[in-house]
Amino acid sequence: MTMSSALPTSRAPARWQDFLQLLKPRVMSLVVFTAITGMVCAEAPINPILGAIAILCIAVGAGASASLNMWFDADIDAKMRRTRGRPVPAGRVQGADALALGIVLSMFSIMLLGMTVNWLAAGLLAFTIVFYAVVYTMWLKRSTPQNIVIGGLAGALPPVIGWAAATGTVPFNAWLLCAIIFMWTPPHFWALSLYTSEDYEKAGVPMMPVVAGAKSTRKQILIYSLLFTPLCLVPAFTGLGGMTYLAVAAGGGLIFLVLAWRVFKSRAGDAADPRQDDGLYDVKAAAKDARNLFAFSILYLTLLFATLLAEHLLDLPVFGGF
Amino acid sequence: MSDPQNEGPVDAKARRGRNIALALGLALFMVLVFVVTIVRLGASTANG
Repeated sequence: MTMSSALPTSRAPARWQDFLQLLKPRVMSLVVFTAITGMVCAEAPINPILGAIAILCIAVGAGASASLNMWFDADIDAKMRRTRGRPVPAGRVQGADALALGIVLSMFSIMLLGMTVNWLAAGLLAFTIVFYAVVYTMWLKRSTPQNIVIGGLAGALPPVIGWAAATGTVPFNAWLLCAIIFMWTPPHFWALSLYTSEDYEKAGVPMMPVVAGAKSTRKQILIYSLLFTPLCLVPAFTGLGGMTYLAVAAGGGLIFLVLAWRVFKSRAGDAADPRQDDGLYDVKAAAKDARNLFAFSILYLTLLFATLLAEHLLDLPVFGGF
Repeated sequence: MSDPQNEGPVDAKARRGRNIALALGLALFMVLVFVVTIVRLGASTANG
């Protein structure tokens, strides 16, 4: 169980900004972006007001699951440099308040999405919140190095929810968007964990470099990259993406593979860092390749979804699909 | 949360900020429900 109740209480009063921080606004913005892409790619007429409400509900649902995550993980967040400034471990917000915020926003977002748009989208949103807050946060994260592989499904579902909100269905192309984010997650997070593994080890989180070692993690990053990059080409042949998308996916995919190969050949994650400073994402020299892959992975996924969005909004030609 | 009867200016300012944020959130929710009702009613009327 969470140790948030045992955390020190700050004398500083909770401000509304602290409650906003519980919702992880940066993650919410990524969720909004991928959900809008799913909704636009569905190419179904949806009332723009209802479409905006659907996106708002998806964003609030993501924020609710983040608040539940911060409530439960306060004990391990307090041990890691990257997360110890969060409102609950820092003592600015009580754990019970984060829990209440998460539950209330979950109920509001699911009910509003169901009553205003459709219950398939609402059901998928409910599944995503439960999967992230319960399956990933409470179970997988502390028990297996496959935590972010399986848990990555929660981050991959927003385009499917967006698609379901627009059409009431989830066809193959919607799941294709989900699969791309799902396969992107392991190389992305393992690249990050290669140079933050000391933090995870200190907190007792069984991330892959902590459990299997840096060498095994580098090999698995390469394997997932070899599966992920061809998958990114598939939308160009299913009627989802066009020529521009194919060029971006192929060009970016090659760079992704080169960077993953460099990580594989590097010693990222091997050497212990003698310094103990507080620099967020402070990178040791040996982990430079891992940092490069981590940074490019964000850019690549953003470019893929932005290209799909642009092609559908500008009505650029796409290949025939099914 | 502090006791409103015995709080200092910093606590009072923080509480006021939280209350305003909560009020705005509730107002937004009311507006959303109203707008959705109008949109749904409009769609039903248009469909006969």
